[in-house]
Amino acid sequence: MSTIEKGQVMTANRLGDGLVVFLNRAGNWSEKIDEATLALEPQAAAALEALAAQDVKANYVTGTYLFDAERVDGRIKASHIRERIRTLGPTIRVDLGKQAEGKAGAFAAEEA
Amino acid sequence: MPLLKNDAFVNDAWVSLADDAEVPENGSIIVSLARLERDWDQLVSFTGLLGVRLTNTDKVEALESYISQITLVVLPFPAFADGRSYSIARGLRLDGYRGELRAEGNVLPDQLQYMRQVGFDSFAVSDRFPLQVWQSAGKQMSLAYQRGLFRAANEAEVWSARHRGFEPWEEQPHAG
Amino acid sequence: MYRYDEFDAKFVNERTAQFRDQANRRLKGELTEDEFRPLRLMNGLYLQLHAYMLRVAIPYGTLSGAQMRQLAYIAEKWDKGYGHFTTRQNIQYNWIKLEDAADILQALADVEMHAIQTSGNCIRNVTTDHWAGAAVDELADPRPVGELIRQWSSLHPEFSYLPRKFKFAITGAPHDRAAVKVHDIGLRLHKNAAGDLGWEVLVGGGQGRTPLVAVTVREFLPQNELVAYLEAIMRVYNLYGRRDNKYKARIKILVHELGAEKFRAEVEAEYAKHPAQQTQVEEAELARIAKYFALPSFEKLSRFAPHFEDAKLSTPEFARWARNNLAAHQVDGYTIVNISLKPEGGIPGDASAEQMRVMARLAERYSHNELRVSHAQNIVLPHVRLEDAFEVWKALKEADLATANYGLAGDIIACPGLDYCSLATARSIPVAQAISRKFADLDKQQDYGPLKINISGCINACGHHHVGHIGILGLDKKGEEYYQITLGGSSSEHASIGTILGPGFAADEVPDAIETILNTYVKLRHSGEDFLSAYRRVGPKPFKEALYAAA
Repeated sequence: MSTIEKGQVMTANRLGDGLVVFLNRAGNWSEKIDEATLALEPQAAAALEALAAQDVKANYVTGTYLFDAERVDGRIKASHIRERIRTLGPTIRVDLGKQAEGKAGAFAAEEA
Repeated sequence: MPLLKNDAFVNDAWVSLADDAEVPENGSIIVSLARLERDWDQLVSFTGLLGVRLTNTDKVEALESYISQITLVVLPFPAFADGRSYSIARGLRLDGYRGELRAEGNVLPDQLQYMRQVGFDSFAVSDRFPLQVWQSAGKQMSLAYQRGLFRAANEAEVWSARHRGFEPWEEQPHAG
Repeated sequence: MYRYDEFDAKFVNERTAQFRDQANRRLKGELTEDEFRPLRLMNGLYLQLHAYMLRVAIPYGTLSGAQMRQLAYIAEKWDKGYGHFTTRQNIQYNWIKLEDAADILQALADVEMHAIQTSGNCIRNVTTDHWAGAAVDELADPRPVGELIRQWSSLHPEFSYLPRKFKFAITGAPHDRAAVKVHDIGLRLHKNAAGDLGWEVLVGGGQGRTPLVAVTVREFLPQNELVAYLEAIMRVYNLYGRRDNKYKARIKILVHELGAEKFRAEVEAEYAKHPAQQTQVEEAELARIAKYFALPSFEKLSRFAPHFEDAKLSTPEFARWARNNLAAHQVDGYTIVNISLKPEGGIPGDASAEQMRVMARLAERYSHNELRVSHAQNIVLPHVRLEDAFEVWKALKEADLATANYGLAGDIIACPGLDYCSLATARSIPVAQAISRKFADLDKQQDYGPLKINISGCINACGHHHVGHIGILGLDKKGEEYYQITLGGSSSEHASIGTILGPGFAADEVPDAIETILNTYVKLRHSGEDFLSAYRRVGPKPFKEALYAAA
């Protein structure tokens, strides 16, 4: 039986190279969604927003927002196809993007 | 708020007059278009300098009967992406207005050169950027393809320069 | 082809230096994202789904071999080895770093190219007929006026902060291959009884959320008045175009809300205030530009090309490609080669760096060093000797560029969609791929005849779905992609907006739905009647019945 927890992940694009990154509760951004913090409570989401706002101000990232995601058997998966494509790369070029660089997490092999 | 003119921060001698405030004896006053229309009989004999602040939905034609008495027109940029005042400014200059044309609101260094080219010559700017940022941002392009623009001394019109022998469309004074 | 002189070169170099400064100030934190965004957009740099995307202008779709080679170099050095040719005759790269952007712009400037105004609320890259200078029906090459407008609109101080983006298209031929009636301003060349050339000025066409066909504001504008008249139109739009709602900010809405008559009156009043005066400079400039577009020195050739005819007989595959992908040229013994960037199951408009180099080499060797990008996302070699067509084909075939589907069902226009675009609501490319696989049989495609299947991944309609004979619009319904089908659109001189057939389809149902539509057409067509003509004769009813009967 798989366990599913629903929550939100903070994402942005890194200013210098534009790549998609995800935030953890320690305030570190990672290119891998598996290293993100899944905020299960509004308070946790607000804490991520506060951390993200600091890094916008510090000109490290841009375009921050929270998206819906779920943790299935300990691994994070975006709920909506748009965010799944951001965590993987283009579905029509699986040789490109995070899915081709070992950064796509546990759901890389699945269809977006 | 600094006033940028001729590549320098200068003191602003102009005072904005509220629509219900009494007209002073003298000085340099800026009134709204509504006030100008309402109190023209009184303002026409004002002995100081008269300026008007337009909104960016006012028409150039609205100033037609007053313009010979006006020495400052202030145009707003409520957001830097709201470009209406560029066309109002150009319209005023094409109609022959030679007085001061001031941009106020969201005026940023990266738009300064465009503003000068359509005829603005003073800029109410925020104190966020040091003077040298304004000075260098206003000089980055030395060429413009369009004709009939206001040009600083270092700027040239490409088409006129290419086809020497033709006079520029309209000789424009150098703007600050 | 146009070449930069010292002024153009200096202008683009200064612009590149200016952008380098702006990007550095952004990276150092001296500019906020809100302040920087319009500056980077006006230099073609977007932030997209996976990274920054750089859109490079290919003015009026014309390129030299060296320029195409440089596009290949950029793809390899700063991107992931490919580029995407767009419906605006541009190319875009999907994996760009802000830190590299100024270097890329410099690499473009080195070959007389730029990315100026490929985005932003300003006048965008001017597009034209991709057969300009070669088409048999042409009155005059529209590209000199395209270049004049490129220069006039570049960093126009008055029109860089318009209510919304602004697109020009120009055609010099009666058969409109540039979709001028669905642009903000379309220009069509006419010849009057006296033999003079003049421009019909169409305003307020567009696609997007509110698709509209443009209205004519001037029937016949003398060429030397063009710049002054365009300034009048732009000034009216800049002053009165809506700024309260970005979905109502395009000029088409202003034209629509004022009514064509009132809009025309506003423009004419503005024009009367500052009419074209002393237009000698514009005339001299246009004459200067026109010299660059003089036809290449063609050989005097026979209309009969024996080697070409023999090759068709000996190689049926070549014969099919020649039938579908070659178009008649103005000059005897020459042909227009249309290179399909739509291989079966491929990504419409994508080309690898290696393919770009192959096309560059072929242009240099066989097409007077010229290439074109078409708004249908294909590449054109405009001036090829018929006797060389077989050699060209062999080289194209080796590079997987010889798909013989030009203008047929497999020649699908598709925007990047949700695989790349942050505005998209659904994916476009996988649907295009599935349709192209479904109709892989070229005999079948030829039987269906001329067909434009256009796919957009959102209502902004970059994939031109409104003017596809068959249009497909990808939408999002509660997190699921689904696709609405329209029929009867056209971007030709008889432009029309397609009609929505009914409820949408899931992605995997779309190819079958298209097949049902095409089979319905086959059953009801008259002899020699193409899909669009048949649709216009019978209307949507039989197609609706066939499509939704089973449900």
